[in-house]
Amino acid sequence: MGFLQAYKMAVKSIRSNKVRSFLTMLGVIIGVGSVIAAVGFAQGSTKSITDTIQGMGTNLIQISITGRNSNRNVTYEDLAAFAAENSEEITAVAPQVNAAMTVKHGTKNTETSINGTSPEYETIRNVHVQAGRFLLQLDVDYMQKVAVLGTAVVNELFEDADPIGQSVKINGQVFKVVGILEEKENGQTDSQDDQVIIPVTVAQRLGRATVIRNFAVQAATPEAVDSVMSKLNSFLEKIYKDTSTFRVFNQAQMLSTLNNVTGTMTVVLAGIAAISLIVGGIGIMNIMLVSVTERTREIGIRKAIGAKKRNIMVQFLIEAVIVTGIGGLLGVAVGVSVIRFVIGIMDIVPEVYSIPWILLSFGISLIIGVLFGLFPAYKAASMNPIEALRAE
Amino acid sequence: MIHIEDMCKVYRMGDIEVRALDHVSLRVDAHEFVAVVGPSGSGKSTLMNMIGCLDTPTSGRYLLDGMEVSSMNDNQLADIRNFKIGFIFQGFNLLQKLNALENVELPLIYQGIHARERMERAAEALELVGLGDRLFHRPSELSGGQQQRVAIARALVSKPPIILADEPTGNLDTKSGADIMRMLKELHVKGNTIVLITHDKEVAMQAKRMIRIQDGKICDDRAVV
Repeated sequence: MGFLQAYKMAVKSIRSNKVRSFLTMLGVIIGVGSVIAAVGFAQGSTKSITDTIQGMGTNLIQISITGRNSNRNVTYEDLAAFAAENSEEITAVAPQVNAAMTVKHGTKNTETSINGTSPEYETIRNVHVQAGRFLLQLDVDYMQKVAVLGTAVVNELFEDADPIGQSVKINGQVFKVVGILEEKENGQTDSQDDQVIIPVTVAQRLGRATVIRNFAVQAATPEAVDSVMSKLNSFLEKIYKDTSTFRVFNQAQMLSTLNNVTGTMTVVLAGIAAISLIVGGIGIMNIMLVSVTERTREIGIRKAIGAKKRNIMVQFLIEAVIVTGIGGLLGVAVGVSVIRFVIGIMDIVPEVYSIPWILLSFGISLIIGVLFGLFPAYKAASMNPIEALRAE
Repeated sequence: MIHIEDMCKVYRMGDIEVRALDHVSLRVDAHEFVAVVGPSGSGKSTLMNMIGCLDTPTSGRYLLDGMEVSSMNDNQLADIRNFKIGFIFQGFNLLQKLNALENVELPLIYQGIHARERMERAAEALELVGLGDRLFHRPSELSGGQQQRVAIARALVSKPPIILADEPTGNLDTKSGADIMRMLKELHVKGNTIVLITHDKEVAMQAKRMIRIQDGKICDDRAVV
């Protein structure tokens, strides 16, 4: 007897018991659906957190010089040369001179964070302009007094007017506004939006800082971060001869800790949902056993006219697998709809559809169909035809 | 065709041994029309199960169409039932969810025959029993006599050498019963070997040979005149 024939028989029997077949499927539908929705929710939360962290700049390594050295200090040029040597692993280096200063425009003024840096800062920290332009190398080289404003500063000083091309005073010096940064935190004060970016050389003179104490370094890939960090450590150690005068740190460590936490969360949620999948499987076994008892006579007739054990077994097994398979597919639809319409529309976390988890939960539902169908199928196949024929 | 030698079947019910068949020897040749009669509990159902390869004997030999059946396993027995024996039961034993055609196709499905040939042969068999216009009726839409004719078509469709009929008229009214018997006689004339099991002497008298069984033993075996 061919597989196709067994399949046809199974479909016939499923269709002649529509309500019961649907109720049987329900366990699998809910099981698969909840696994997908739970994993989608967990991965959505993970995504929203990692997005925030990555928004600060991916592959970012910070260097901060904490001590003093009589001989010499590391300069931007030193690090730029070092970066050029290791250009495979380091994509950019930016100096940072930070100070809190007052910015004035007309009669208005605000205290904000002045960030002296170079054009590389834009890619390293993922800060882009929404209007105007960012710093140029020319601005740094020729010490141009230009400023890129965060939206919090713009809100304080300019109300509705367009600030680009206008001038602001920082510590009494006149700067031309050339760009406005993209908003990251709703333009709140004391956030990333509350800053003014100016060329590093200008900032050094403004703050009378001869030494640059902070650098941001961008590694080419997340994997390169560790190697770049250790190279930076040994490079700086050569200059300072003392590891306590500088510090090299990054955000990858934070990310990996976070990934551990959210990974565990995903597995726990999926595990809880998987239990309902198993309960669904037991439901299938239960119904199939009832069905075997109910169809004892049918099995007897089939055996009397020549069905082998294998034929009966395959018939019942395919029935179980079809029921779980359809249930699984409907479950995938339910899970995806929950992510799309509940999680998506309520905007709790970003919509994330995990294809591996969708395939996995569907696969598990099929396996459950086989496993929990096996026992009833075996029971049916092992029936004694004489006794089965006598059954009412 | 059927060659049973010194066959015993013993059932155990707790401590009591029931000897359903007690050293039975029997020979049925091809093209015979044999009726097995006996009161209930005589062992005729057990004998029918043995001939039908639905059960295996405790001891003794059974040769069917030259093949040693008594030592076969379940799968081999299923094949023998499929290819060698056409069953006709008292209660028709049709699958209620399938129509007449599908019911008749069933033995061919287990032979692995393709759908087209299966349908042709099943339709042909139904034509033969006079149900050519009822192919797509379900058993519940047919009368008892018609249902039994579907069962006969099912028994004939795989062209088995032996037709085994267990009380085929037991659930039918007199007229339908007579119809079925006429059909069996026709089949015999066409060359089928028929073993009929019944407790009804009237029915048994229509066969060519009558075997009477009692307490698990054959007590009488003679030609019907």
